Amino acid sequence: MFCVGESLTTPAPPRPVWIAERWATDEAETDARESAREASESAVAIETRDLNVHYGDVHAIKGIDLKFYRSEITALIGPSGCGKSTYLRSLNRMNDTIPSARTTGQILLGGVDLNRPDIDVWALRKRVGMVWQRPNPFNKSIYENVAFAPRFHGVKKKPELDEIVERSLRAAALWDEVKDRLHESAFALSGGQQQRLCIARALAIEPEILLLDEPASALDPISTAKIEELLFELKKRYTVIIVTHNMQQAARISDRTAFFLNGELIEYADTKTIFTRPERKETEDYVSGRFG
Amino acid sequence: MNAKIIDRVMTVVFYAIALLLIVILFGLIGYILARGVPKLSLTFLTGPPRSLEAGSGIGTPLFNSLYMLFLTMVFTVPIGVGGGIYLAEYARPGRLTDAIRAAIEVLSSLPSIVVGLFGFLVFVYYTGWGYTLMGGALALMLFNLPLMVRTSEEAIRAVPHEQKEASLALGISHWRTITDVLFPSALPGIVTGAILTAGRAFGEAAALIFTSGMSSPPLDFHDWNPLSSASPLNPFRPGETLAVNIWKVNSEGLIPDAKEVAAGASAVLVLSVLLFNVLARFASRYVYRKMTASKS
Repeated sequence: MFCVGESLTTPAPPRPVWIAERWATDEAETDARESAREASESAVAIETRDLNVHYGDVHAIKGIDLKFYRSEITALIGPSGCGKSTYLRSLNRMNDTIPSARTTGQILLGGVDLNRPDIDVWALRKRVGMVWQRPNPFNKSIYENVAFAPRFHGVKKKPELDEIVERSLRAAALWDEVKDRLHESAFALSGGQQQRLCIARALAIEPEILLLDEPASALDPISTAKIEELLFELKKRYTVIIVTHNMQQAARISDRTAFFLNGELIEYADTKTIFTRPERKETEDYVSGRFG
Repeated sequence: MNAKIIDRVMTVVFYAIALLLIVILFGLIGYILARGVPKLSLTFLTGPPRSLEAGSGIGTPLFNSLYMLFLTMVFTVPIGVGGGIYLAEYARPGRLTDAIRAAIEVLSSLPSIVVGLFGFLVFVYYTGWGYTLMGGALALMLFNLPLMVRTSEEAIRAVPHEQKEASLALGISHWRTITDVLFPSALPGIVTGAILTAGRAFGEAAALIFTSGMSSPPLDFHDWNPLSSASPLNPFRPGETLAVNIWKVNSEGLIPDAKEVAAGASAVLVLSVLLFNVLARFASRYVYRKMTASKS
């Protein structure tokens, strides 16, 4: 494309084959997605209004308005450094731990603004769980990794903790692999198992929202497939927000996709729209692999 | 071709340096033990020192050393680890933190004789205690704190940041994150710092000559009431440690077998430090396994 006029007359560029294949095969699912598009206001789990994050003088997140819906997976995509991880971290106020970060605007969870200084951050983080790119289990036994947070939040009785540990590990599809060695070190697990343990750990305190920051990018394809399968299960009960670099992954698992660029939200729609007929040219270029 | 030769030469050089270090270490320890071990006996290890005739024991100095070590660790480890936690977790970059770091640097580079004289002024003279084990323990704390603070800080900083984030993201408080997530992982590093500190405390003489004195009062080893003046456990009595005893016997001892006594005491000193090292590592590994469920 050499000038604007020419780009307007050029027919839509061919998309990568995988996009065509993704939506050519399962029409039924596509229909389900179309209806999800009309999600009602009451289904909003968490939303941000005019959210800005500054790191010192750097304006990393620029006035983001976004609504995330219950029982859906929302993918945040965009090139490296576009602010999608920063945005994700602001949702449970993890940016508070960075001294130079300053967050303004509203984060509404159940109608309550989480970004007010008087909000109890510990109670909030109990409601919004998080999983990182690299598996980061604690240097403790498998059991203790899961039981640590519930115990801190007031579950003292052993039978109750046992039950929470089993339920969380089952929910993370890890129970059968570790049930005979719950008291061994979590570091003895494989990378994929460690990541599912981290998911179990986040589920143990029964959050409403689950934030995942590229949870599969450090894993092998088989572990990745397991995590994705797991996310499908989890979205029945949780609101899942996932940052991913992998566009095939976003297309495979998410109901909605938000495209970030340079700290701004460029486009937000159901995933099929984003990948097959995006409104903005930047989105088009990104999903068809022309940059990023 | 040239690079290959240099590479080979440097490999040999580094192996040679490693070998040199091992030879020095074993030569030194071997020499001390070879001279001192023949002297060791139960009466030597438990008997009291004498000032004029032959047949001195090192019972009292040995006990004083161990008790002094205990006293100084009681002060050094909690304050040192606390300082390390502050610098690693709470200190914000700025002038105050810079000043604290500079103070720690200076403190750690003070010659021990200067610390001894300072201790003499403060713990002996101003407090009116006279020469006491307590004064010695506090003087030792002064120049061991920097090492303890720095090793603790490094051990805590070495725990991956993701672990801390994971804990905070679960709604765990900062304090419990420190005690339950950071501290267990940092424990081996902290123990290494404590062992280094203990070694220095055990071997120190200069700072103690002026603070805990060069002699002990007659001690009654059946009286374990820390408040009674003849009790070995009374921290407010003078007491020469093993290292001070070696120095004293060698430099101004009047006993005819001074050389043998000094050699025997040196061997005991070296063996005690090694034993303490092994015991501390063993205990730390036990606690570390308990806290982390790991196998190493």
